[in-house]
Amino acid sequence: MIAAMRTRYSEDEIAVRDAFLDFFTNESPPAVVRAAAAGTGFDPGLWSSLAAMGAPGMALPEALGGAGAALTDLAVVADVAGAHLAPVPLIEHTVAARCLARAGGHDDLVAELADGSTVATLALRAPVDGVARLVPAGAVADVVVHHDGTTGLTRGEAPGEKLPNTADLPLAHRAVGGATPVFVDAAGWQRTLDEWRALTAVAYVGLATKAIEIGVAYAKERIQFGVLIGTFQAVQHGFADAATSVHGAHLLAQRAVWALETGQPGASRLAGMALLFAAESARFATDRSVQYHGGYGFSEEYDIQLYHRHSTAWILQLGEPAGEYARLATAEFGPAKGAA
Amino acid sequence: MDFGFPPEIEGFRDEVKAFLAEHFSEEMLDVTHDGTMHVPDLHAALAAEGWLAGPVPEELGGGGRSPLESIVLNEEMQLARAPIDAMGVTVITAAILLEHGSDHLKESVVPRLLDGTALAAFGYTEPESGSDVAAAATKAVRDGDEWVINGAKMWTTMAHIADYVILLTRTDPDVPKHKGLTFFLVPLDSPGIEIQAVPTMATERSNATFYDDVRLSDDWRVGDVNGGWAVMKTALKYERGIAGGQFMSPPVIDAAIDWATTHERADGTRPIDDPSVRERLIRAQIDVEVCRGFAYHCADLANEGVMFGVEGSMTKLFASETFKRHCREIHDMMGADGLLTFESPEAHRGGLIEEALRHSPVTAIYGGTSEINRNMVAEGFLGLPRAR
Repeated sequence: MIAAMRTRYSEDEIAVRDAFLDFFTNESPPAVVRAAAAGTGFDPGLWSSLAAMGAPGMALPEALGGAGAALTDLAVVADVAGAHLAPVPLIEHTVAARCLARAGGHDDLVAELADGSTVATLALRAPVDGVARLVPAGAVADVVVHHDGTTGLTRGEAPGEKLPNTADLPLAHRAVGGATPVFVDAAGWQRTLDEWRALTAVAYVGLATKAIEIGVAYAKERIQFGVLIGTFQAVQHGFADAATSVHGAHLLAQRAVWALETGQPGASRLAGMALLFAAESARFATDRSVQYHGGYGFSEEYDIQLYHRHSTAWILQLGEPAGEYARLATAEFGPAKGAA
Repeated sequence: MDFGFPPEIEGFRDEVKAFLAEHFSEEMLDVTHDGTMHVPDLHAALAAEGWLAGPVPEELGGGGRSPLESIVLNEEMQLARAPIDAMGVTVITAAILLEHGSDHLKESVVPRLLDGTALAAFGYTEPESGSDVAAAATKAVRDGDEWVINGAKMWTTMAHIADYVILLTRTDPDVPKHKGLTFFLVPLDSPGIEIQAVPTMATERSNATFYDDVRLSDDWRVGDVNGGWAVMKTALKYERGIAGGQFMSPPVIDAAIDWATTHERADGTRPIDDPSVRERLIRAQIDVEVCRGFAYHCADLANEGVMFGVEGSMTKLFASETFKRHCREIHDMMGADGLLTFESPEAHRGGLIEEALRHSPVTAIYGGTSEINRNMVAEGFLGLPRAR
């Protein structure tokens, strides 16, 4: 037998996953997600507990107070955090901190980020007139990293006010006018965004897997016409298509993270593809799962609607999906000439 | 996780690329324009390389190549548009015979399959049993030392050029359907066999084969009497391990990019500069990467000796359904020019896209329909109750 390729979690990764699965199952049940949604979209207590588990610094360099884990290890956590819609900006925080660590010159700040005592995020889209609009975790983060030709970090500004939104995410505008320079060039920033794309793709897979699980459990309980609705082939085939798509998204997202971690050529392309495909798979999965809940799926009381709203929201923080397809097309085919 | 192949496997990939550069070109596909999807020169070269025997376990007398090598061979052949059908049938038949066949079959037939001098065809499906394959009604009845076979098989593709058919028969009609099946290897020159062409909507021809008092000695039986379902599982095991179909789209997408870049529309614009074309092509490329993930995952599982089923169903379902969509969208993109077949000298790239469009529907039908695969995923992966 030839070792090396491993398209499933290793025993170590499974141990990490199980530990965080227990953690999120206990600390981030739907009641916590709902309570956070009614406030800023962030749960400070959950963040502190997560920090006690070492998650915020997990994939930061050991020399700067992190645990020096690989991006592939962090992906294991992103997977289960996504499955529980955990109201904490673990991905944004980590990729922003990794960006600062790569840039150098922010060691004290990175150490604060590693232990989670300070929360960082990134503006996924360039600011306009000194304001980054609808920044993920903008309503809670102490530090915002942005890129607008050059990279900068803003600290000391009070978090913005959460703007009511589809999934009650902690989205807020942030002023970044007086930013401190961060020595990260365009490629370095692209790398940061790609890490966000790949890890968010993994979180989407967690979300979608859980959404199918919730729907399947319901289909095994709900009786109509005298039989379980899960025996209807129309229902089965919808779930089967969703599960197939999500499993494909899982393999692509994990491959993208691995490619970024190990510096494979084409890693950036895979990260972009993984996010688009995982988002679409997750939206399809939550659509099917809400549908097969019937009217209950539409009711606020049932958790599946939370999954539907989050699956809609996450990718839009980056902008229009069409823009992401266009970006990949430019890399693949060159710029469009004289576009009609 | 780790999606990298070990260096020795990447070395094998280089070998395969060099082999294809030397032994295969798209012009060789011209021989398939008569409807027989077989390229004899390529098959012979694969045999000479020892690659037909490759995926068969060494302890059974095969090449003992790992599933990772098999997927690499499969991937590179499909990317190059080299047909993999005959290779697949040969490997699966040889593996079945080595695992379940008599000494007679192991000694007289397997070497000829693996050195490329003999071809086999699958004889599972019947006019009245397709997806419900275990409902096969072709009868085999003992008569002294011999068996007498009567019945009909559909989709015995390549039977008209093959030497053998691996035949699923009913030997006991009075037990549950899975328990009364027996396999035989039947020489296609046996008296009582008739082969009729079945033309299809694609260029490819298939066959219906009819068996009228075909007599065989017991040497030609494969596996136990009424033990046919165990043999069928072996067939599926190897099919899932080595079967292709994960990389049908890339040659069509490449041809589409070529068209979109070199063709000018009436208004002077190129399709490649149209945002909707660009998005569709990127979506197709994303689907290809998903298929690649599935393919490598299945190979990895097989390499670790995991007997998988659902992952194979997902792969087949996703690859064939997306292939159909890609063909449709890409064909549409070409407008009226897309309608030209390979018989037209004006057809783009020898009519590759048009031919793929007509071929694509069958990919979601043969080897397990999309509906059967969805059942497998619903039951085997999601644990939903059996619906039928």
